Amino acid sequence: MSDIAVTPSRQSAVLTYLAANKLTAMGAALCCLLIFVALISPWIVPHDPLEQSFATANEGPSDLHWFGTDAFGRDVFSRVLIGGRISLSIGICAPVLSALFGVWAGMIAGYFGGWTDRMISRFSDLLMSFPSLLLGVMIAAALGPSFQTAVIAIAVALFPRFVRLSRSATQVLRREPFVDASIAAGRGTFSIMLRHVLPNIAGPLVVALSLWVATAIRLEAALSFLGLGAQPPTPSWGNMIRDGMSDLVGDPWPAAFAGAAITLAVLAFNMVGDALRDMLDPELDS
Amino acid sequence: MAGYILRRILEVIPTVLLVLTLVFFALRIMPGDPAVAALGEFAAPEAIEAFRDKLGLNKPLYVQYFSFIGQALTADFGRSMNNNTSVNALLAQALPHTIVLGLTATAIGIVVGIPFGAMTAVHRNGKLDGFGRIFALIGFSLPEFYFGVLLIIVFSLHLDWFPMLGAGKGFVDQAHHLVLPAITLGVVMAAFVMRLTRSSLLEVLRRDYVRTARGKGVPEHWVIFKHALRNALIPVTTGLGIYLLTTLSGTITVELVFSRPGLGTMLISGVSARDYTVVQAGLVVFAFFVVCVNLLTDLLCAAIDPRIALR
Repeated sequence: MSDIAVTPSRQSAVLTYLAANKLTAMGAALCCLLIFVALISPWIVPHDPLEQSFATANEGPSDLHWFGTDAFGRDVFSRVLIGGRISLSIGICAPVLSALFGVWAGMIAGYFGGWTDRMISRFSDLLMSFPSLLLGVMIAAALGPSFQTAVIAIAVALFPRFVRLSRSATQVLRREPFVDASIAAGRGTFSIMLRHVLPNIAGPLVVALSLWVATAIRLEAALSFLGLGAQPPTPSWGNMIRDGMSDLVGDPWPAAFAGAAITLAVLAFNMVGDALRDMLDPELDS
Repeated sequence: MAGYILRRILEVIPTVLLVLTLVFFALRIMPGDPAVAALGEFAAPEAIEAFRDKLGLNKPLYVQYFSFIGQALTADFGRSMNNNTSVNALLAQALPHTIVLGLTATAIGIVVGIPFGAMTAVHRNGKLDGFGRIFALIGFSLPEFYFGVLLIIVFSLHLDWFPMLGAGKGFVDQAHHLVLPAITLGVVMAAFVMRLTRSSLLEVLRRDYVRTARGKGVPEHWVIFKHALRNALIPVTTGLGIYLLTTLSGTITVELVFSRPGLGTMLISGVSARDYTVVQAGLVVFAFFVVCVNLLTDLLCAAIDPRIALR
Protein backbone atom coordinates (compact mmCIF):
# COMPACT_ATOMS: atom_id res chain seq x y z
CA MET A 1 0.00 0.00 0.00
CA SER A 2 2.99 2.25 -0.21
CA ASP A 3 2.48 2.91 -3.88
CA ILE A 4 2.54 6.53 -4.70
CA ALA A 5 -0.27 7.26 -7.09
CA VAL A 6 1.34 8.77 -10.12
CA THR A 7 -1.01 10.64 -12.38
CA PRO A 8 0.63 10.54 -15.76
CA SER A 9 0.60 13.79 -17.66
CA ARG A 10 -1.79 14.00 -20.57
CA GLN A 11 0.99 13.90 -23.17
CA SER A 12 2.59 10.79 -21.78
CA ALA A 13 -0.83 9.12 -21.55
CA VAL A 14 -1.33 9.75 -25.24
CA LEU A 15 2.14 8.42 -26.04
CA THR A 16 1.57 5.26 -23.96
CA TYR A 17 -1.71 4.72 -25.73
CA LEU A 18 -0.13 5.15 -29.17
CA ALA A 19 2.63 2.72 -28.30
CA ALA A 20 0.03 0.11 -27.33
CA ASN A 21 -2.10 0.69 -30.42
CA LYS A 22 0.12 0.39 -33.48
CA LEU A 23 -2.77 0.84 -35.91
CA THR A 24 -3.82 4.13 -34.33
CA ALA A 25 -0.23 5.31 -34.29
CA MET A 26 -0.05 4.52 -37.99
CA GLY A 27 -3.25 6.45 -38.62
CA ALA A 28 -2.02 9.46 -36.67
CA ALA A 29 1.32 9.39 -38.46
CA LEU A 30 -0.46 9.14 -41.80
CA CYS A 31 -2.66 12.15 -40.98
CA CYS A 32 0.38 14.24 -40.03
CA LEU A 33 2.22 13.12 -43.17
CA LEU A 34 -0.75 13.95 -45.44
CA ILE A 35 -1.16 17.42 -43.93
CA PHE A 36 2.59 18.06 -44.05
CA VAL A 37 2.84 16.98 -47.70
CA ALA A 38 -0.19 19.11 -48.61
CA LEU A 39 1.45 22.13 -46.95
CA ILE A 40 4.80 21.82 -48.69
CA SER A 41 3.54 20.33 -51.99
CA PRO A 42 4.09 23.45 -54.16
CA TRP A 43 7.82 23.26 -53.38
CA ILE A 44 8.31 19.51 -53.80
CA VAL A 45 6.27 18.62 -56.90
CA PRO A 46 8.54 17.10 -59.57
CA HIS A 47 6.55 18.70 -62.42
CA ASP A 48 4.22 21.67 -62.91
CA PRO A 49 0.77 20.14 -62.21
CA LEU A 50 -0.87 22.42 -64.79
CA GLU A 51 1.72 22.08 -67.57
CA GLN A 52 0.22 20.33 -70.58
CA SER A 53 2.13 18.32 -73.15
CA PHE A 54 0.32 16.29 -75.78
CA ALA A 55 3.51 14.44 -76.67
CA THR A 56 3.42 12.68 -73.31
CA ALA A 57 -0.37 12.27 -72.85
CA ASN A 58 -1.87 9.11 -71.33
CA GLU A 59 1.37 7.44 -70.28
CA GLY A 60 1.47 4.74 -67.63
CA PRO A 61 3.67 5.02 -64.53
CA SER A 62 7.36 5.41 -65.34
CA ASP A 63 10.58 6.66 -63.72
CA LEU A 64 9.90 10.16 -65.01
CA HIS A 65 6.17 10.21 -64.19
CA TRP A 66 5.65 8.02 -61.10
CA PHE A 67 1.86 7.88 -61.43
CA GLY A 68 1.82 8.34 -65.23
CA THR A 69 0.27 11.28 -67.09
CA ASP A 70 -3.33 12.29 -67.83
CA ALA A 71 -5.12 13.06 -71.11
CA PHE A 72 -3.41 16.49 -71.27
CA GLY A 73 0.03 15.07 -70.55
CA ARG A 74 0.04 16.54 -67.02
CA ASP A 75 2.01 14.67 -64.37
CA VAL A 76 -0.47 12.72 -62.21
CA PHE A 77 1.85 12.43 -59.18
CA SER A 78 2.25 16.23 -59.01
CA ARG A 79 -1.50 16.67 -59.45
CA VAL A 80 -2.28 14.22 -56.64
CA LEU A 81 0.09 16.15 -54.33
CA ILE A 82 -1.38 19.55 -55.23
CA GLY A 83 -4.92 18.16 -55.29
CA GLY A 84 -4.43 17.14 -51.67
CA ARG A 85 -4.12 20.83 -50.75
CA ILE A 86 -7.64 21.56 -52.01
CA SER A 87 -9.17 18.34 -50.69
CA LEU A 88 -7.60 18.57 -47.24
CA SER A 89 -8.14 22.31 -46.83
CA ILE A 90 -11.85 21.94 -47.60
CA GLY A 91 -11.92 18.77 -45.52
CA ILE A 92 -10.54 20.63 -42.50
CA CYS A 93 -12.04 24.13 -43.00
CA ALA A 94 -15.63 22.98 -43.51
CA PRO A 95 -15.97 21.03 -40.22
CA VAL A 96 -14.22 23.83 -38.31
CA LEU A 97 -16.57 26.43 -39.81
CA SER A 98 -19.50 24.16 -39.08
CA ALA A 99 -18.34 23.67 -35.48
CA LEU A 100 -18.01 27.44 -34.97
CA PHE A 101 -21.68 27.96 -35.75
CA GLY A 102 -23.05 24.61 -34.62
CA VAL A 103 -21.47 24.65 -31.17
CA TRP A 104 -22.83 28.13 -30.39
CA ALA A 105 -26.28 27.27 -31.72
CA GLY A 106 -26.29 24.11 -29.62
CA MET A 107 -25.08 25.92 -26.48
CA ILE A 108 -27.73 28.62 -26.88
CA ALA A 109 -30.44 25.97 -27.40
CA GLY A 110 -29.27 23.90 -24.44
CA TYR A 111 -28.75 26.87 -22.12
CA PHE A 112 -31.99 28.77 -22.68
CA GLY A 113 -34.36 25.88 -23.45
CA GLY A 114 -38.00 26.73 -24.22
CA TRP A 115 -38.82 28.36 -27.54
CA THR A 116 -35.23 29.12 -28.49
CA ASP A 117 -34.39 25.48 -28.03
CA ARG A 118 -37.43 24.30 -29.97
CA MET A 119 -36.64 26.55 -32.97
CA ILE A 120 -32.98 25.59 -33.15
CA SER A 121 -33.60 21.89 -32.55
CA ARG A 122 -36.38 21.75 -35.09
CA PHE A 123 -34.18 23.29 -37.76
CA SER A 124 -31.23 21.07 -36.98
CA ASP A 125 -33.43 17.96 -36.86
CA LEU A 126 -34.69 18.86 -40.31
CA LEU A 127 -31.12 19.07 -41.63
CA MET A 128 -30.23 15.89 -39.72
CA SER A 129 -33.00 13.96 -41.46
CA PHE A 130 -31.07 14.30 -44.73
CA PRO A 131 -28.02 12.08 -45.30
CA SER A 132 -24.99 14.42 -45.36
CA LEU A 133 -24.01 13.47 -48.92
CA LEU A 134 -27.50 14.18 -50.22
CA LEU A 135 -27.71 17.46 -48.31
CA GLY A 136 -24.27 18.53 -49.54
CA VAL A 137 -25.15 17.75 -53.14
CA MET A 138 -28.50 19.54 -52.85
CA ILE A 139 -26.95 22.70 -51.40
CA ALA A 140 -24.08 22.73 -53.89
CA ALA A 141 -26.55 22.14 -56.74
CA ALA A 142 -28.72 25.01 -55.56
CA LEU A 143 -25.84 27.46 -55.04
CA GLY A 144 -23.93 26.61 -58.22
CA PRO A 145 -20.52 24.96 -58.46
CA SER A 146 -17.44 26.58 -56.85
CA PHE A 147 -14.82 26.14 -54.12
CA GLN A 148 -16.80 28.31 -51.65
CA THR A 149 -19.99 26.42 -52.40
CA ALA A 150 -18.30 23.15 -51.48
CA VAL A 151 -17.17 24.57 -48.13
CA ILE A 152 -20.63 25.98 -47.36
CA ALA A 153 -22.44 22.82 -48.48
CA ILE A 154 -20.26 20.57 -46.32
CA ALA A 155 -20.43 22.95 -43.35
CA VAL A 156 -24.24 23.01 -43.50
CA ALA A 157 -24.38 19.22 -43.90
CA LEU A 158 -22.33 18.75 -40.72
CA PHE A 159 -23.96 21.62 -38.77
CA PRO A 160 -26.75 19.59 -37.03
CA ARG A 161 -24.19 17.08 -35.69
CA PHE A 162 -22.38 19.83 -33.79
CA VAL A 163 -25.65 21.37 -32.60
CA ARG A 164 -26.78 18.03 -31.19
CA LEU A 165 -23.45 17.39 -29.47
CA SER A 166 -23.14 20.75 -27.75
CA ARG A 167 -26.88 21.06 -26.96
CA SER A 168 -27.10 17.84 -24.96
CA ALA A 169 -23.83 18.54 -23.14
CA THR A 170 -25.00 22.05 -22.29
CA GLN A 171 -28.33 20.78 -20.97
CA VAL A 172 -26.49 18.56 -18.50
CA LEU A 173 -24.08 21.32 -17.45
CA ARG A 174 -26.90 23.84 -17.06
CA ARG A 175 -28.12 21.88 -14.02
CA GLU A 176 -24.72 21.92 -12.31
CA PRO A 177 -24.49 24.02 -9.13
CA PHE A 178 -21.39 25.86 -10.35
CA VAL A 179 -23.38 27.34 -13.21
CA ASP A 180 -26.04 28.58 -10.79
CA ALA A 181 -23.26 29.95 -8.60
CA SER A 182 -21.86 31.84 -11.59
CA ILE A 183 -25.26 33.30 -12.37
CA ALA A 184 -25.66 34.34 -8.73
CA ALA A 185 -22.21 35.90 -8.85
CA GLY A 186 -23.48 38.09 -11.66
CA ARG A 187 -21.54 36.55 -14.51
CA GLY A 188 -23.10 37.15 -17.95
CA THR A 189 -24.57 34.37 -20.04
CA PHE A 190 -21.99 34.67 -22.79
CA SER A 191 -19.16 34.55 -20.31
CA ILE A 192 -20.64 31.48 -18.57
CA MET A 193 -20.80 29.65 -21.87
CA LEU A 194 -17.24 30.61 -22.68
CA ARG A 195 -15.78 29.83 -19.25
CA HIS A 196 -17.82 26.86 -18.04
CA VAL A 197 -19.64 25.19 -20.91
CA LEU A 198 -17.11 25.32 -23.75
CA PRO A 199 -14.14 23.80 -21.85
CA ASN A 200 -16.39 20.98 -20.65
CA ILE A 201 -17.44 19.91 -24.12
CA ALA A 202 -13.98 20.32 -25.64
CA GLY A 203 -13.15 16.60 -25.45
CA PRO A 204 -16.14 15.17 -27.33
CA LEU A 205 -15.84 18.08 -29.74
CA VAL A 206 -12.30 17.14 -30.74
CA VAL A 207 -13.40 13.55 -31.35
CA ALA A 208 -16.35 14.72 -33.43
CA LEU A 209 -14.10 17.07 -35.41
CA SER A 210 -11.61 14.37 -36.33
CA LEU A 211 -14.38 11.98 -37.40
CA TRP A 212 -16.16 14.69 -39.39
CA VAL A 213 -12.94 15.66 -41.14
CA ALA A 214 -12.99 12.16 -42.65
CA THR A 215 -16.61 12.66 -43.70
CA ALA A 216 -15.82 16.11 -45.09
CA ILE A 217 -12.94 14.81 -47.22
CA ARG A 218 -15.27 12.18 -48.61
CA LEU A 219 -18.01 14.74 -49.25
CA GLU A 220 -15.59 17.12 -50.95
CA ALA A 221 -14.42 14.31 -53.21
CA ALA A 222 -18.02 13.45 -54.13
CA LEU A 223 -18.90 17.10 -54.81
CA SER A 224 -15.91 17.77 -57.03
CA PHE A 225 -16.45 14.41 -58.73
CA LEU A 226 -19.96 15.63 -59.59
CA GLY A 227 -18.47 18.90 -60.87
CA LEU A 228 -19.94 20.88 -57.96
CA GLY A 229 -16.68 21.58 -56.09
CA ALA A 230 -13.31 23.06 -57.05
CA GLN A 231 -13.33 23.84 -60.76
CA PRO A 232 -10.72 22.67 -63.30
CA PRO A 233 -7.91 23.26 -64.09
CA THR A 234 -7.34 23.43 -60.28
CA PRO A 235 -6.78 19.78 -59.39
CA SER A 236 -8.67 18.21 -56.51
CA TRP A 237 -8.85 14.47 -55.90
CA GLY A 238 -12.53 14.35 -56.84
CA ASN A 239 -12.28 16.25 -60.11
CA MET A 240 -9.22 14.19 -61.11
CA ILE A 241 -11.43 11.09 -61.00
CA ARG A 242 -14.03 12.98 -62.99
CA ASP A 243 -11.44 13.93 -65.64
CA GLY A 244 -10.05 10.40 -65.63
CA MET A 245 -13.53 8.92 -66.27
CA SER A 246 -13.56 10.36 -69.80
CA ASP A 247 -10.83 7.96 -70.92
CA LEU A 248 -10.89 5.06 -68.49
CA VAL A 249 -10.18 2.60 -71.32
CA GLY A 250 -7.00 4.26 -72.54
CA ASP A 251 -5.62 5.54 -69.23
CA PRO A 252 -7.12 4.42 -65.90
CA TRP A 253 -4.15 5.74 -63.86
CA PRO A 254 -5.26 9.30 -62.93
CA ALA A 255 -8.62 8.09 -61.58
CA ALA A 256 -7.06 5.11 -59.81
CA PHE A 257 -4.35 7.13 -58.02
CA ALA A 258 -6.59 10.07 -57.10
CA GLY A 259 -9.16 7.67 -55.63
CA ALA A 260 -6.45 5.84 -53.69
CA ALA A 261 -5.40 9.18 -52.19
CA ILE A 262 -8.99 9.92 -51.07
CA THR A 263 -9.36 6.47 -49.54
CA LEU A 264 -6.05 6.77 -47.71
CA ALA A 265 -6.92 10.19 -46.26
CA VAL A 266 -10.42 9.15 -45.15
CA LEU A 267 -9.03 5.95 -43.66
CA ALA A 268 -6.34 7.83 -41.70
CA PHE A 269 -8.75 10.36 -40.18
CA ASN A 270 -11.31 7.64 -39.41
CA MET A 271 -8.68 5.57 -37.58
CA VAL A 272 -7.62 8.52 -35.45
CA GLY A 273 -11.22 9.57 -34.77
CA ASP A 274 -12.24 6.05 -33.72
CA ALA A 275 -9.24 5.74 -31.43
CA LEU A 276 -9.90 9.13 -29.80
CA ARG A 277 -13.50 8.12 -29.22
CA ASP A 278 -12.49 4.82 -27.60
CA MET A 279 -10.01 6.69 -25.40
CA LEU A 280 -12.56 9.21 -24.14
CA ASP A 281 -15.39 6.71 -23.85
CA PRO A 282 -13.97 3.27 -23.02
CA GLU A 283 -17.51 1.93 -22.46
CA LEU A 284 -18.06 1.77 -26.19
CA ASP A 285 -17.23 -1.30 -28.25
CA SER A 286 -13.64 -2.02 -27.34
CA MET B 1 -51.21 4.85 -31.29
CA ALA B 2 -53.71 6.49 -33.69
CA GLY B 3 -52.90 9.81 -32.03
CA TYR B 4 -49.20 9.27 -32.59
CA ILE B 5 -49.72 8.42 -36.28
CA LEU B 6 -51.85 11.51 -36.79
CA ARG B 7 -49.38 13.76 -34.94
CA ARG B 8 -46.45 12.38 -36.92
CA ILE B 9 -48.29 12.93 -40.23
CA LEU B 10 -49.25 16.50 -39.25
CA GLU B 11 -45.63 17.21 -38.39
CA VAL B 12 -44.76 16.60 -42.03
CA ILE B 13 -46.63 19.73 -43.14
CA PRO B 14 -44.33 22.40 -41.62
CA THR B 15 -41.32 20.30 -42.62
CA VAL B 16 -42.41 20.18 -46.25
CA LEU B 17 -43.14 23.93 -46.31
CA LEU B 18 -39.77 24.73 -44.76
CA VAL B 19 -37.96 22.51 -47.28
CA LEU B 20 -39.81 24.05 -50.23
CA THR B 21 -39.05 27.56 -48.94
CA LEU B 22 -35.36 26.71 -48.60
CA VAL B 23 -35.24 25.28 -52.14
CA PHE B 24 -36.99 28.37 -53.52
CA PHE B 25 -34.62 30.85 -51.90
CA ALA B 26 -31.51 28.78 -52.56
CA LEU B 27 -32.31 28.89 -56.27
CA ARG B 28 -32.97 32.62 -56.17
CA ILE B 29 -29.51 33.35 -54.77
CA MET B 30 -27.86 31.01 -57.27
CA PRO B 31 -25.49 33.12 -59.37
CA GLY B 32 -26.31 33.83 -63.02
CA ASP B 33 -29.49 34.81 -64.82
CA PRO B 34 -31.49 31.74 -65.94
CA ALA B 35 -32.68 33.61 -69.02
CA VAL B 36 -29.10 34.38 -70.06
CA ALA B 37 -28.16 30.77 -69.32
CA ALA B 38 -30.96 29.44 -71.54
CA LEU B 39 -30.60 31.87 -74.44
CA GLY B 40 -26.84 32.44 -74.47
CA GLU B 41 -24.78 35.50 -73.58
CA PHE B 42 -25.31 37.24 -76.90
CA ALA B 43 -29.12 37.05 -76.97
CA ALA B 44 -30.98 40.26 -77.70
CA PRO B 45 -32.16 42.10 -74.55
CA GLU B 46 -35.77 41.94 -75.86
CA ALA B 47 -35.56 38.16 -76.21
CA ILE B 48 -34.22 37.87 -72.66
CA GLU B 49 -36.97 40.14 -71.39
CA ALA B 50 -39.63 38.09 -73.22
CA PHE B 51 -38.15 34.87 -71.80
CA ARG B 52 -38.21 36.26 -68.25
CA ASP B 53 -41.82 37.32 -68.76
CA LYS B 54 -42.81 33.89 -70.01
CA LEU B 55 -41.25 32.16 -66.98
CA GLY B 56 -42.74 34.65 -64.57
CA LEU B 57 -39.29 35.84 -63.42
CA ASN B 58 -40.42 39.48 -63.67
CA LYS B 59 -43.25 39.01 -61.21
CA PRO B 60 -42.79 40.07 -57.58
CA LEU B 61 -40.95 37.53 -55.42
CA TYR B 62 -43.99 36.59 -53.31
CA VAL B 63 -46.05 35.79 -56.42
CA GLN B 64 -43.22 33.55 -57.69
CA TYR B 65 -42.99 31.94 -54.26
CA PHE B 66 -46.66 31.01 -54.03
CA SER B 67 -46.82 29.77 -57.60
CA PHE B 68 -43.72 27.62 -56.88
CA ILE B 69 -45.30 26.16 -53.72
CA GLY B 70 -48.51 25.47 -55.64
CA GLN B 71 -46.59 23.76 -58.43
CA ALA B 72 -44.57 21.62 -56.04
CA LEU B 73 -47.62 20.53 -54.06
CA THR B 74 -49.51 19.54 -57.21
CA ALA B 75 -46.37 17.86 -58.62
CA ASP B 76 -46.40 20.05 -61.72
CA PHE B 77 -42.85 21.15 -62.39
CA GLY B 78 -43.39 22.99 -65.65
CA ARG B 79 -41.07 22.72 -68.61
CA SER B 80 -37.32 22.49 -68.93
CA MET B 81 -35.88 25.95 -69.59
CA ASN B 82 -33.39 24.63 -72.11
CA ASN B 83 -35.33 22.33 -74.40
CA ASN B 84 -38.95 22.89 -73.40
CA THR B 85 -39.66 19.20 -72.62
CA SER B 86 -42.00 18.65 -69.70
CA VAL B 87 -40.06 18.18 -66.45
CA ASN B 88 -42.62 15.61 -65.33
CA ALA B 89 -41.79 13.51 -68.40
CA LEU B 90 -38.07 13.74 -67.51
CA LEU B 91 -38.90 12.66 -63.96
CA ALA B 92 -41.00 9.75 -65.19
CA GLN B 93 -38.01 8.54 -67.24
CA ALA B 94 -35.46 9.04 -64.47
CA LEU B 95 -37.25 7.85 -61.33
CA PRO B 96 -37.69 4.11 -62.09
CA HIS B 97 -33.93 3.72 -62.70
CA THR B 98 -33.02 5.40 -59.42
CA ILE B 99 -35.63 3.48 -57.43
CA VAL B 100 -34.59 0.09 -58.88
CA LEU B 101 -30.91 0.81 -58.19
CA GLY B 102 -31.57 2.07 -54.66
CA LEU B 103 -33.77 -0.87 -53.67
CA THR B 104 -31.47 -3.51 -55.20
CA ALA B 105 -28.43 -2.04 -53.46
CA THR B 106 -30.26 -1.86 -50.12
CA ALA B 107 -31.35 -5.49 -50.55
CA ILE B 108 -27.75 -6.58 -51.23
CA GLY B 109 -26.61 -4.65 -48.17
CA ILE B 110 -29.15 -6.38 -45.91
CA VAL B 111 -28.76 -9.88 -47.34
CA VAL B 112 -24.97 -9.74 -47.06
CA GLY B 113 -24.68 -7.53 -43.98
CA ILE B 114 -26.98 -9.25 -41.47
CA PRO B 115 -25.61 -12.85 -41.70
CA PHE B 116 -22.04 -11.53 -41.92
CA GLY B 117 -22.57 -9.30 -38.90
CA ALA B 118 -24.19 -12.13 -36.91
CA MET B 119 -21.28 -14.46 -37.67
CA THR B 120 -18.67 -11.90 -36.63
CA ALA B 121 -20.51 -11.36 -33.33
CA VAL B 122 -20.77 -15.09 -32.62
CA HIS B 123 -17.09 -15.67 -33.40
CA ARG B 124 -16.00 -12.49 -31.69
CA ASN B 125 -12.26 -11.75 -31.97
CA GLY B 126 -11.84 -14.72 -34.34
CA LYS B 127 -10.42 -14.69 -37.85
CA LEU B 128 -13.78 -13.87 -39.42
CA ASP B 129 -14.26 -10.98 -37.01
CA GLY B 130 -10.87 -9.61 -37.97
CA PHE B 131 -11.80 -9.87 -41.63
CA GLY B 132 -15.11 -8.14 -40.89
CA ARG B 133 -13.28 -5.32 -39.12
CA ILE B 134 -11.10 -4.70 -42.18
CA PHE B 135 -14.14 -4.99 -44.47
CA ALA B 136 -15.99 -2.37 -42.42
CA LEU B 137 -13.00 -0.01 -42.28
CA ILE B 138 -12.65 -0.18 -46.07
CA GLY B 139 -16.40 0.16 -46.54
CA PHE B 140 -16.43 3.33 -44.43
CA SER B 141 -13.39 4.84 -46.13
CA LEU B 142 -13.75 3.91 -49.80
CA PRO B 143 -15.95 6.50 -51.56
CA GLU B 144 -18.62 4.57 -53.46
CA PHE B 145 -17.94 6.32 -56.76
CA TYR B 146 -14.27 5.31 -56.58
CA PHE B 147 -15.29 1.73 -55.80
CA GLY B 148 -17.50 1.89 -58.92
CA VAL B 149 -14.53 3.10 -61.01
CA LEU B 150 -12.41 0.18 -59.72
CA LEU B 151 -15.18 -2.33 -60.53
CA ILE B 152 -15.43 -0.90 -64.05
CA ILE B 153 -11.67 -1.19 -64.56
CA VAL B 154 -11.62 -4.83 -63.41
CA PHE B 155 -14.96 -6.28 -64.53
CA SER B 156 -15.81 -4.21 -67.61
CA LEU B 157 -12.48 -3.24 -69.12
CA HIS B 158 -10.28 -6.23 -68.27
CA LEU B 159 -12.66 -9.16 -67.87
CA ASP B 160 -15.44 -7.76 -70.07
CA TRP B 161 -18.11 -9.48 -67.95
CA PHE B 162 -20.40 -6.51 -67.52
CA PRO B 163 -21.27 -3.48 -69.67
CA MET B 164 -19.86 -0.23 -68.29
CA LEU B 165 -22.34 2.43 -69.46
CA GLY B 166 -26.07 3.12 -69.51
CA ALA B 167 -29.06 1.20 -68.21
CA GLY B 168 -29.76 -1.18 -71.11
CA LYS B 169 -32.95 -2.17 -72.89
CA GLY B 170 -35.26 -5.10 -72.07
CA PHE B 171 -35.35 -6.98 -68.78
CA VAL B 172 -32.27 -9.21 -69.12
CA ASP B 173 -30.08 -6.45 -70.52
CA GLN B 174 -31.23 -4.02 -67.82
CA ALA B 175 -30.49 -6.57 -65.09
CA HIS B 176 -27.04 -7.09 -66.65
CA HIS B 177 -26.43 -3.32 -66.55
CA LEU B 178 -27.65 -3.14 -62.96
CA VAL B 179 -25.15 -5.64 -61.49
CA LEU B 180 -22.07 -3.42 -61.09
CA PRO B 181 -23.81 -0.24 -59.85
CA ALA B 182 -25.90 -2.26 -57.40
CA ILE B 183 -22.83 -4.10 -56.08
CA THR B 184 -20.98 -0.77 -55.76
CA LEU B 185 -23.63 0.67 -53.46
CA GLY B 186 -24.61 -2.66 -51.86
CA VAL B 187 -21.12 -3.48 -50.59
CA VAL B 188 -20.76 -0.12 -48.86
CA MET B 189 -24.20 -0.63 -47.32
CA ALA B 190 -23.27 -4.19 -46.27
CA ALA B 191 -20.33 -2.83 -44.25
CA PHE B 192 -22.72 -0.51 -42.44
CA VAL B 193 -25.39 -3.17 -41.75
CA MET B 194 -22.72 -5.65 -40.68
CA ARG B 195 -21.31 -3.37 -37.98
CA LEU B 196 -24.76 -2.52 -36.67
CA THR B 197 -25.83 -6.19 -36.52
CA ARG B 198 -22.58 -7.13 -34.82
CA SER B 199 -22.75 -4.55 -32.05
CA SER B 200 -26.47 -5.09 -31.52
CA LEU B 201 -26.10 -8.89 -31.27
CA LEU B 202 -23.13 -8.59 -28.90
CA GLU B 203 -25.24 -6.37 -26.68
CA VAL B 204 -28.14 -8.86 -26.64
CA LEU B 205 -25.87 -11.87 -26.03
CA ARG B 206 -24.86 -10.26 -22.72
CA ARG B 207 -28.46 -10.16 -21.45
CA ASP B 208 -29.74 -12.32 -18.63
CA TYR B 209 -32.37 -14.16 -20.66
CA VAL B 210 -29.69 -15.44 -23.04
CA ARG B 211 -27.72 -16.74 -20.07
CA THR B 212 -30.87 -18.40 -18.75
CA ALA B 213 -31.50 -20.06 -22.12
CA ARG B 214 -27.92 -21.36 -22.19
CA GLY B 215 -28.18 -22.43 -18.58
CA LYS B 216 -31.22 -24.58 -19.17
CA GLY B 217 -29.39 -26.38 -21.96
CA VAL B 218 -30.82 -24.84 -25.13
CA PRO B 219 -28.47 -25.66 -28.03
CA GLU B 220 -26.18 -22.74 -28.89
CA HIS B 221 -27.38 -22.21 -32.49
CA TRP B 222 -30.96 -22.16 -31.17
CA VAL B 223 -30.01 -19.57 -28.54
CA ILE B 224 -28.48 -17.36 -31.20
CA PHE B 225 -31.12 -17.64 -33.90
CA LYS B 226 -34.28 -18.03 -31.86
CA HIS B 227 -33.52 -15.95 -28.79
CA ALA B 228 -30.81 -13.43 -29.49
CA LEU B 229 -30.91 -12.52 -33.18
CA ARG B 230 -34.63 -11.73 -33.14
CA ASN B 231 -34.18 -8.99 -30.58
CA ALA B 232 -30.86 -7.91 -31.99
CA LEU B 233 -32.52 -7.17 -35.33
CA ILE B 234 -34.83 -4.48 -33.91
CA PRO B 235 -32.27 -1.66 -34.15
CA VAL B 236 -31.22 -3.06 -37.53
CA THR B 237 -34.80 -2.84 -38.79
CA THR B 238 -35.37 0.63 -37.45
CA GLY B 239 -32.18 1.67 -39.24
CA LEU B 240 -33.78 0.63 -42.52
CA GLY B 241 -34.75 4.21 -43.33
CA ILE B 242 -31.16 5.34 -42.89
CA TYR B 243 -29.90 2.65 -45.28
CA LEU B 244 -32.47 3.58 -47.89
CA LEU B 245 -31.60 7.27 -47.71
CA THR B 246 -27.86 6.61 -47.68
CA THR B 247 -28.11 4.46 -50.80
CA LEU B 248 -30.38 7.07 -52.35
CA SER B 249 -27.69 9.72 -51.91
CA GLY B 250 -25.10 7.25 -53.17
CA THR B 251 -27.05 6.75 -56.40
CA ILE B 252 -26.19 10.33 -57.42
CA THR B 253 -22.46 9.70 -57.80
CA VAL B 254 -22.85 6.08 -58.90
CA GLU B 255 -25.23 7.06 -61.69
CA LEU B 256 -22.60 9.45 -62.98
CA VAL B 257 -19.87 6.77 -62.81
CA PHE B 258 -21.93 4.29 -64.85
CA SER B 259 -23.58 6.98 -67.03
CA ARG B 260 -26.93 5.61 -65.89
CA PRO B 261 -30.07 7.66 -66.39
CA GLY B 262 -31.74 8.60 -63.09
CA LEU B 263 -32.68 11.35 -60.69
CA GLY B 264 -29.06 12.16 -59.81
CA THR B 265 -28.03 12.38 -63.46
CA MET B 266 -31.02 14.63 -64.12
CA LEU B 267 -30.16 16.94 -61.21
CA ILE B 268 -26.45 17.22 -62.05
CA SER B 269 -27.00 17.79 -65.77
CA GLY B 270 -29.60 20.39 -64.82
CA VAL B 271 -26.98 22.18 -62.71
CA SER B 272 -24.36 22.21 -65.46
CA ALA B 273 -26.93 23.42 -68.01
CA ARG B 274 -28.28 25.98 -65.45
CA ASP B 275 -31.74 24.61 -66.12
CA TYR B 276 -33.50 25.99 -63.04
CA THR B 277 -36.81 24.19 -63.46
CA VAL B 278 -35.03 20.82 -63.73
CA VAL B 279 -32.79 21.54 -60.69
CA GLN B 280 -35.83 22.73 -58.73
CA ALA B 281 -37.77 19.54 -59.54
CA GLY B 282 -34.79 17.31 -58.72
CA LEU B 283 -34.29 18.97 -55.32
CA VAL B 284 -37.99 18.79 -54.44
CA VAL B 285 -38.22 15.09 -55.37
CA PHE B 286 -35.10 14.19 -53.34
CA ALA B 287 -36.49 16.11 -50.36
CA PHE B 288 -39.84 14.38 -50.83
CA PHE B 289 -38.12 10.98 -50.61
CA VAL B 290 -36.35 11.98 -47.40
CA VAL B 291 -39.52 13.22 -45.72
CA CYS B 292 -41.52 10.12 -46.78
CA VAL B 293 -38.87 7.58 -45.80
CA ASN B 294 -38.42 9.26 -42.40
CA LEU B 295 -42.17 9.26 -41.79
CA LEU B 296 -42.51 5.58 -42.77
CA THR B 297 -39.49 4.63 -40.61
CA ASP B 298 -40.97 6.38 -37.58
CA LEU B 299 -44.31 4.64 -38.07
CA LEU B 300 -42.55 1.27 -38.55
CA CYS B 301 -40.56 1.83 -35.35
CA ALA B 302 -43.74 2.63 -33.45
CA ALA B 303 -45.34 -0.56 -34.80
CA ILE B 304 -42.33 -2.64 -33.67
CA ASP B 305 -41.91 -0.91 -30.34
CA PRO B 306 -45.24 0.63 -29.19
CA ARG B 307 -43.50 2.43 -26.31
CA ILE B 308 -42.25 5.01 -28.85
CA ALA B 309 -45.81 6.21 -29.49
CA LEU B 310 -46.25 6.98 -25.79
CA ARG B 311 -43.30 9.34 -25.49
